[in-house]
Amino acid sequence: MGLDFYTGKLADAVNWARKFSLFSYPFVTACCGMEYMSVAAPKYDIARFGAEFPRFSPRQADLLIIVGTITERQGPALRRIYDQMCEPKWVIAFGVCASTGGFYQNYSTMPGADQVVPVDVYIPGCPPRPEQVLDALILLQERIQRGEGHSQVMLKAEQKNGPGYDVPTTAIRPRTAHLPGAVESGKAGKIG
Amino acid sequence: MSQNVLDRLKAQFTGGELLETGTQHGDEWARVRRDAWVAVATFLRDDPATKMDMFIDLTAVDRFSTEPRFDVVVHLYSVSRKQRVRLYGGVPEDDPTLETLVGVWAGANWFEREAYDLYGVRFKGHPDLRRILMYPEFVGHPLRKDYPKEKRQPLVRRQPNSVD
Repeated sequence: MGLDFYTGKLADAVNWARKFSLFSYPFVTACCGMEYMSVAAPKYDIARFGAEFPRFSPRQADLLIIVGTITERQGPALRRIYDQMCEPKWVIAFGVCASTGGFYQNYSTMPGADQVVPVDVYIPGCPPRPEQVLDALILLQERIQRGEGHSQVMLKAEQKNGPGYDVPTTAIRPRTAHLPGAVESGKAGKIG
Repeated sequence: MSQNVLDRLKAQFTGGELLETGTQHGDEWARVRRDAWVAVATFLRDDPATKMDMFIDLTAVDRFSTEPRFDVVVHLYSVSRKQRVRLYGGVPEDDPTLETLVGVWAGANWFEREAYDLYGVRFKGHPDLRRILMYPEFVGHPLRKDYPKEKRQPLVRRQPNSVD
């Protein structure tokens, strides 16, 4: 019954508070967005689980909901948004496209958002039923209470071993990439 | 449906500029020699009998292993005459260039950028021939038949050993 006991109980209480006050950032890119609106609207009412407040700024959010297909071109933007969110933070992949790329198997679609950001809960479905989304939220709440979210695990590891947080350098694109001179790098030619 | 458009073209271009013409599913088409591409388009726009005042679409087709390998396809419509026509311009693989139509219909600008991006057809005289859908770092042209189906060119990936 020392300090550990009290800090342990404190972490439980903090996690309990966290799991019932999720501020979500909806990264909506595709048709799954309609189903997300349905979840947020009064009929299914995600507010019953304390996650009613979509914040359209990543700096005020701690739950990133990736709703829809992610393309390779969106990768740097998605990673930047994840990096801007305050810790601890959680990620839900909403629908098969965000989870695995879905039925897209081509040059432009990323095979799952977890190629770029760590995903805590995957929701299958094309699109998922609103009940599935609520189920996923409850799964995430259980995970938060246990302190097993990717971000929570990472924070604990950092407290023990020092900073290990690693932003992929390629997530930061030069702002000149769209200028005419840069076209030469993507020049026409056969693929070797 | 718009046979008179082809008739006007045939009457105007008698020096072999029209390689082939035809009708399919009620729509007329003409295959145009490469050096007459802009001349035919300008005539179709300006002639009072054809009056193609609406640029509908421009895209490309990769007819892999035939010659010429690429076809640039233009769909045109006349709002006042209610007639439409389709133009094909063949582009060989070793010199994939074609004159731009931006000077004829300004709307061709982004369509030609798309055809350049996905098929690698260069449009000579285009004011701003950059990729439009893929990112500048992308190498190659993904809708060509010899582009590998499973090939990915990721911009960003999680680090293999990162904790997150």
